[in-house]
Amino acid sequence: MALIDLANPTRFLALVERVLPWLIAATVLAFAIGLRGAYLAPDDYQQGATVKIMYIHVPNAWLSSFVWGVMSLAALGTLVWRHPLADVAAKCAAPLGAAFTFVALVTGSLWGRPMWGTYWVWDARLTSVLVLFLMYLGLIALWRTIDDPARAGRAAAILTLVGAVNLPIIKFSVDWWNTLHQPASVFRMGPPTIDPSLLVPLFVMTAAFSLLFVTLHLAAMRNEIMRRRVRTLLLTQAERA
Amino acid sequence: MDLGPHAGFIIVAYAVTFAVVGLLVAWVAGDYLAQRRALADLDRRGITRRSAEPRPSGVKEPA
Repeated sequence: MALIDLANPTRFLALVERVLPWLIAATVLAFAIGLRGAYLAPDDYQQGATVKIMYIHVPNAWLSSFVWGVMSLAALGTLVWRHPLADVAAKCAAPLGAAFTFVALVTGSLWGRPMWGTYWVWDARLTSVLVLFLMYLGLIALWRTIDDPARAGRAAAILTLVGAVNLPIIKFSVDWWNTLHQPASVFRMGPPTIDPSLLVPLFVMTAAFSLLFVTLHLAAMRNEIMRRRVRTLLLTQAERA
Repeated sequence: MDLGPHAGFIIVAYAVTFAVVGLLVAWVAGDYLAQRRALADLDRRGITRRSAEPRPSGVKEPA
């Protein structure tokens, strides 16, 4: 099946029906392996057992930016290529991205209290991620404000591309400014600074959360296509009456 | 397993994460059931998409 074939919602729905059970199984398996690894992983020599919070904080922090990246690509699909499923993809990713960002902020705060002595500081990394969370909420509100999905899609696409400026700020905030948040220890020039006994479960949990995102995103896109069909049928019926 | 002096923070962090993931799954699954019900209801009332209507004999299915 060529990529262009997926522009047809009916073919896309058929593909989702086929891959969704496999994705659900892979997600459950990845979480089972990842949580077992997190449970068995040794304590960190400085953080003690609170390092276990990292197995949920880091994947969610990574997804908070990744999902906005997916939405930015979808925004290009809406504005440049006018792909019929691009705004469906963007709309369905926003609540998922907001949820992952919320979890990253909460788990980060819960780690910060025992490690830094505070739940929150207005440093560049924490503040830029909070801004990202507020942008997700703004985008969800925008989708709900405009009734016509095509018009809402174009407005949301522009806002998404403007908001993408925040992604490099989040990534490099720990390098550009003096922050309490530690610099990158996994995605950096040179090898990771984390011991493999802690790094492997972290990678598995990141894969598990990423699979969760793909699974929920495809399922939410299927729902959105069905919702638009219901809307179109009701509008057509109202025009005939 | 000994989670040390900060066990409360670890447990709350995992509880919040599981709750949010559970809510996401419930939202997506619930929405699917709602949309399926809405489409089935329209179908029962005879309101269907043109492509879903039976074709007159001799008219080919589109590729």
